[in-house]
Amino acid sequence: MSRVHTPHHLAVAVLSTIAALSAPTTSTAQPTTQAFDRTRPPALGAAPTLTVPRVQSGTLANGPVIRLVEQRELPLVQIILSVAGGARLDRDDPGLVSFLANLLDEGAGARDANALQGELAFLGASLSTGASWDATTISLKVSRRNLDAALDLMADVVLRPTFAATEVNRQRDLRLAALLQQRDQPAALAGLAVAQTLFPEGHPYRRSASGDSTATTRLDSAAVRAAYQGAIRPERAAFYVVGDITLDEARTALERRFGAWRATGEERRPAPVLVSTQRASGVRLILVDKPGAAQSVINVVAPGVERTTGDHAAIEVMNTILGGSFSSRLNTLLRETKGYTYGISSGFAYRPLPGPFTVSTAVRTDVTDSSLVDIFRELRTIRDTPVSDAELDRAKAYLGLAVPGDLETVGQVASEVATLALWNLPIDYLTEYVQRVGQVSAADVQRVARAFVPAEHAWVIVVGDLAKIRAPIERLGLGTVTVREVGSLTR
Amino acid sequence: MPPTDCSTYYLQMTSRLRLRRALAATTILIGLTGSADAQGTPLRVPVTVDTLPNGLTLIVHEDRSVPVVTTNIWYHVGSGDERVGRTGFAHLFEHLMFMGSQHAPYPQFDRLLEAAGAGNNGSTTTDRTNYYESGPANALPLMLWLEADRLGWMLETMDGAKVDLQRDVVKNERRQSYENQPYGLAFEQLSAAIYPTGHPYSWTTIGSMADLSAASLDDVKDFFRTYYAPNNATIVVAGDVRADSVRAMVRTMFAEIPRGPTFTRPRVAPFTLRDTVVTLEDRVQLPRLYLAWHGVREFAPDDAALDIAAYILAGARNSRLTKALVQDRPLATSVNAFNASKRLDGDVQIVATARPGVHLDTLQRAIDAELARLAAQGPTAREIRQALNSIEASFLSRLELSSGKADQLNAYYYATGSPDYFQKDLDRYRAVRARDVQRVVRTYLRSGRVTLSVVPQGRTTLAATARATR
Repeated sequence: MSRVHTPHHLAVAVLSTIAALSAPTTSTAQPTTQAFDRTRPPALGAAPTLTVPRVQSGTLANGPVIRLVEQRELPLVQIILSVAGGARLDRDDPGLVSFLANLLDEGAGARDANALQGELAFLGASLSTGASWDATTISLKVSRRNLDAALDLMADVVLRPTFAATEVNRQRDLRLAALLQQRDQPAALAGLAVAQTLFPEGHPYRRSASGDSTATTRLDSAAVRAAYQGAIRPERAAFYVVGDITLDEARTALERRFGAWRATGEERRPAPVLVSTQRASGVRLILVDKPGAAQSVINVVAPGVERTTGDHAAIEVMNTILGGSFSSRLNTLLRETKGYTYGISSGFAYRPLPGPFTVSTAVRTDVTDSSLVDIFRELRTIRDTPVSDAELDRAKAYLGLAVPGDLETVGQVASEVATLALWNLPIDYLTEYVQRVGQVSAADVQRVARAFVPAEHAWVIVVGDLAKIRAPIERLGLGTVTVREVGSLTR
Repeated sequence: MPPTDCSTYYLQMTSRLRLRRALAATTILIGLTGSADAQGTPLRVPVTVDTLPNGLTLIVHEDRSVPVVTTNIWYHVGSGDERVGRTGFAHLFEHLMFMGSQHAPYPQFDRLLEAAGAGNNGSTTTDRTNYYESGPANALPLMLWLEADRLGWMLETMDGAKVDLQRDVVKNERRQSYENQPYGLAFEQLSAAIYPTGHPYSWTTIGSMADLSAASLDDVKDFFRTYYAPNNATIVVAGDVRADSVRAMVRTMFAEIPRGPTFTRPRVAPFTLRDTVVTLEDRVQLPRLYLAWHGVREFAPDDAALDIAAYILAGARNSRLTKALVQDRPLATSVNAFNASKRLDGDVQIVATARPGVHLDTLQRAIDAELARLAAQGPTAREIRQALNSIEASFLSRLELSSGKADQLNAYYYATGSPDYFQKDLDRYRAVRARDVQRVVRTYLRSGRVTLSVVPQGRTTLAATARATR
């Protein structure tokens, strides 16, 4: 067990311009025996400057782009194939695209699932497939010496998945079992309730990206193959390559295997979204009963914001102060002062359409009501009162100086480049982001808090033992209370 | 499929052990040509090792690939050092280490590090407690100063209110990570069933609610005076640093902290596990079967062969149990196997979750059939090669992170006396032959085991009833 459950280090990048925000700076970082004064923190030298990885670009003749970073520390290569359009492409078949993504490596080319997985493991290769809301990805990590053999298998997975009935049926049954198990997972139940509350009928995020049992029962090879042809297409594909390899080598290796990739059939497109997220009229509480629960899981949610907003840096600084770091106000109050919880955090989910803003925690049953009072007090305070200079400087340094831990491994670098590309941002954006963070003022923080942090209008989801918590919550008079059955959330 | 997460099954110990096992690779490969074959190149992670007069050991590894630094300090005390009636204390104490010290009063520890762009955390296992910070390389003096202050100047600032507060936090951790999670209390039951009463591994690191309630300020002071001393600690600094300047800095900050008393380590008596059948009712939809055997200590002669046996049984998506229970027959939603070897003792576990409608007896029979086959015929040469290739890949991959290297250096140092044990560790696996795997399966995965069924509340008829058949 660890002292802190969730990684709270939102590492971004390091830039010397931000160093002034840090602890007092002197020209010497090294204390000497004679001069050392234990009674105060040591002076720190200038923070290292950010070195943004150099991204090289190329294309395959049939369309896919290549973005490559040479990283020679270890003889490893990471390749992420990202195909635009993930679970957003689900229409009247929720869960279908993530299901097809999971099936890509359950048999491909001449190999069934078992043989394919055995061959990959024999090469010491890690291959994974999956779909987010935005993209379907196939990721390969392998030693340089086994790259060619592993790429042959990756090409099978992308271009020649078999979708055999036995594999489809097995994965369908496993997914049904996983959906069944959600009924006992309080955090998963809260997540389902959030989606079904914040997003109205007709909104793609209302449903789980993993679908529901009704839709899952209908899945078969034909449906999966049709979705594959519509969604996994070269004109939507980009290869992100990082490691011990040159652009020429990568282009040759990829051209040989993916150069003949052609789209067939009709392209699958997301359904038009004619509805938007639902702001609560007042504070609306949705309670989910888990008799005997050891804790209450609490989510306070409101419509979030696009990742592409010009206020992104200010929003991240604000959230760091509110609930995005260990020293945040919410964690300081509910964990470190009151002892109500193991941890509490807040954050914005960035998707192509605004995802939720969420305050998330699990608290002792008998302080569920008190926790709600404290959470709303902090939500109001950050809207009503400017943050202190000390909080502001700490949050800006925390974001701006944070280790390039996101840029240490080949997988991290590939993922960073691919994620920024989702928002049409180049890797150099990291430099700009750090500069923007450095410019955020207390007035900016308050402005974005008023715009995006809920106080008078919020959805509150509580999953817990209603026999014990319902009456105390109702006595708070926060707003209207609705009870939802577990069975209505996990269909 | 997305990457699998074994830690889902064991938030407690096994996930940490698996991580520790896999946390290996090396920087010697830096500068080699891209086609370098790791098999022909000895792995070396260059370090300097120094011991201060007060007993503190310092290990420095220079890695200039990115401008970050990690400090990682191990105190050689874990839940295995706790006494009956105070389970969970080592971990509770870990929380208290963040509650301020004389020159960095609460809440300066977190605030100063955040203001320097650094992150930090700590963790407790059966055998050790670690504390670590990672951040920009210029933050090293701050990290060392904070660690020195809470080693040398913490006790004076400790009080009952801090203990009460973190006691509440830890109880919430137990509720969140164990009691309110499906199958979350299985490991507690399993530990108590595998190890004899009083054995240091017979309780879990999170401890019991009653014992957490019983912990007192005096307990805290006694524990600190005994175990939190420089001669019971090793500190690794890894990253974009110069070893000589790190050594000077550590001497300056830590040298005046006095050596601590000698104390007695827990002793483990040999024991023979008898067949034990346990049933736990929980808020779950699907029954889950846990089989556990008495194993060996980490780095014992059969340890590596047991790791490879666990891999061949359920470590990959084409493994024997995965094929038999998940792919060929619709019996299980998932199956995992772990060789949970630890400093003083060890156990081996197989965990399988039933598909809807499948009785755990059926699962147990199917698992036993595969164990019998492996015991009778041994693994194929290709199975051994696949296991080794996967292990070698994890050696390479996991040490991309300086933070991972730092923890592994501390782990190797405590277990073997040599921080740079990477090549020798890999050699253990390379020396394993098919007959070794067959032998350890026959020797350890036989009768004399714990069978734990976790079933939905009120459904004890779904529990495994079959006794060990071999």
